[in-house]
Amino acid sequence: MKRIGVFVCHCGINIAETVDVKRVAEEALKMDGVAYAQDYIYMCSEPGQALVREKIKEEKLDAVIIAACSPNLHESTFRTAAEEAGLNPWQCEIANIREQCSWVHSDREKATSKAINIVGTIVQKTRLNESLEPIPVSITKKALVIGGGIAGIQAALDIADSGYKVILVEKESSIGGHMAQLSETFPTLDCSQCILTPKMVAAGKHPNIELMTYSEIEEVSGYVGNFKVRIRRKAAFVDWSKCNGCGLCMEKCPSKVSSVFDRELAKHGAIYVPFPQAVPNKPVIDKDSCIYFKSGKCRLCEKVCEIGAIDFEQEDRFVEEEVGAIITATGFETLPVADLAEYGAGDVPDVIDGLAFERLLSASGPTVGEVRRPSDGTIPKEIVFVQCAGSRDPERYKPYCSKICCMYTTKHALLYKHRVHDGQPYIFYIDIRTGGKGYEEFYHNAEEEEGIIYLRGKVAKIFRDGDKTVVWGTDTLTGRNIEIAADLVVLATAMIPKDSTAELVKKLRIQTGPNGFLSEAHPKLRPVESINSGFYIAGAAQGPKDIPETVAQASAAACKVISLFSRDHLEQDPAIAWVDEDLCGSCRICISVCPYDAREFDEEKGIVIVNEALCEGCGSCVAACACGATQQRNLSDSQIKSMVTASLGGG
Amino acid sequence: MFEPKIVCFLCKWCTSAGADLAGTSRLKYRPNGVNIRFMCSSRVDPEHILWAFHEGADGVLIGGCHPGDCHYEDGNYKTQARVSLLNRLLDDFGIDTTRLRLEWISAAEGAKFANVMNEFTEELRSKGPLKLAAREMAK
Repeated sequence: MKRIGVFVCHCGINIAETVDVKRVAEEALKMDGVAYAQDYIYMCSEPGQALVREKIKEEKLDAVIIAACSPNLHESTFRTAAEEAGLNPWQCEIANIREQCSWVHSDREKATSKAINIVGTIVQKTRLNESLEPIPVSITKKALVIGGGIAGIQAALDIADSGYKVILVEKESSIGGHMAQLSETFPTLDCSQCILTPKMVAAGKHPNIELMTYSEIEEVSGYVGNFKVRIRRKAAFVDWSKCNGCGLCMEKCPSKVSSVFDRELAKHGAIYVPFPQAVPNKPVIDKDSCIYFKSGKCRLCEKVCEIGAIDFEQEDRFVEEEVGAIITATGFETLPVADLAEYGAGDVPDVIDGLAFERLLSASGPTVGEVRRPSDGTIPKEIVFVQCAGSRDPERYKPYCSKICCMYTTKHALLYKHRVHDGQPYIFYIDIRTGGKGYEEFYHNAEEEEGIIYLRGKVAKIFRDGDKTVVWGTDTLTGRNIEIAADLVVLATAMIPKDSTAELVKKLRIQTGPNGFLSEAHPKLRPVESINSGFYIAGAAQGPKDIPETVAQASAAACKVISLFSRDHLEQDPAIAWVDEDLCGSCRICISVCPYDAREFDEEKGIVIVNEALCEGCGSCVAACACGATQQRNLSDSQIKSMVTASLGGG
Repeated sequence: MFEPKIVCFLCKWCTSAGADLAGTSRLKYRPNGVNIRFMCSSRVDPEHILWAFHEGADGVLIGGCHPGDCHYEDGNYKTQARVSLLNRLLDDFGIDTTRLRLEWISAAEGAKFANVMNEFTEELRSKGPLKLAAREMAK
């Protein structure tokens, strides 16, 4: 009989506090097949792993079970340790007694007996586990980066610079993302455009980067190293291969459309580039606003375009690409002002959000950098900035801190003071959070030297009164109610994931957390990987973050991709379906349930075989097999049955 | 007090990850279920469910990804079809169909997992132990 070793982790007190780990080890030792059992304070530490390796040799163990945290965390750690001691990695299993036991129960007796049953279940699985060899698969050494903001640009450049091909897909017609909208960046006050546009140009020109702007992901299939991606190239109604970017069409277009890029503080034609530094600098026609598309008349742009680049007949095109890794860097959006009922629900003209204020501050913005309020274009003399507009408000809006607002609001107030010397900025805040290099110093300078008035408290109501925008709030430090008749109010609205992210993650089949941000494989140790192999994440799509963090994460994700591509081949999990040829009745039900065409009828043998390169190991065909001929490696029906019995405390 | 026994078949990608999230969020729920992790809920053979009842389970929970979210295209739809068919048979075996519960719980729904475990435990507690003729005969 197989000799199994069971190692029960205390995880400090994380497990040991609720589960009697010594008793789990004692009970494990009584189970059939278990030849050795021991508890230890930190199994994942080097002494813990050394203990496993040592006991495998000393006790001549054929298999080991680590009763510890979720297999998502340390399965590979312990499989490597087992392999180092001469075991086949598939002879190492994890019993999850932390996330699914000690952390979720408080009754020590019940938690301990559940932990014993969890270990018993895994013992039953392990008794029948076979030694397996990973299946080698090739890698397509080309990456897909979704999202052309600073995160996507940085990741694409890093991968491209190391010699691999990258496809950079962006939904809008230009790359650049939100960073292109910013005026200056905290805490150094670098001009955002000045540091971003060279990177945009570099990405546009890089021989290893293929830009696909005005494009969206339609479908993704395959697995790490071998993804197939279908990309929709949206119709721009302009032949970009002909267009030289002269801009005459945009000048002549009679339509007036609110600019999304300028946060509706300016207008552009129905044919437009979002901003003058766009990469690629090619226009698109907004079909919903174009007079020709609406009424069948106009075509003025076509008439002025001497090179004949306008193409009203253009349709969406689809391209198929094969890539080995996918980075999702779809960025953020901000909570719409319209969602904030107490702050005017978007109906008060001089209540704007932080991104709109960035456009007012920007030298390339609608006011050429002069702070002029939207309602009448006058220069505001008193501005109220409201932080945490929708953040840190679990009852009504978002429970989390949007992280960057303390810093950018301070920057806003400071830049406003630099432009309007006699102006008075007020900042309502809950707490000032300045975690970052040079951030605290930046805030202190603003507060002490620049005459910005900080008021600690939340704003209860904002409404219009004549040409003033009245702000009602409380200063919780003095306990007084405050009323300010402001000329302009700027809301630091909550950062939320881009609305298209929810749709995209369904296509990619990667996970998001409760607030819709992308989930990382481990919050601390695998922050740029998805739990699904081959998918990486970067930037604000993963959670609110500032530019330096975004860039660091993008480079880290790129590094992960490069490390993946540095291998000759990948190893696929061999715990897939197999067929007992003597039992197969060739009914072919398995063929109909396989989502990957991995089941094929073998004419010669007269049975249905498994194509190992295509099988993903879902086990659907195993459940469907009427005669028990198809089984899953290391998760056979007989294993499952004994696991079920053990989970109920029997066996 | 009667403590019902529950066998939980969870898919790795969604529901087991959701159960992990319940743990990292330190949510507390009743300890009556033991989880068995499959790659996909479509690995669950109706026979496994019947076996669980035979072996002493008072309830069986199957947890998969939400419709449209399956890591394997459409495994969860197959699971749903199989569960619906099995429900027709459960009556014949003298098993109340509410003792078999199918839930879509995503990796983000730690709280839902905890709620489902609490609810299901209470529901089974009020029903009392499953008395199965086949089980009695085996004894």
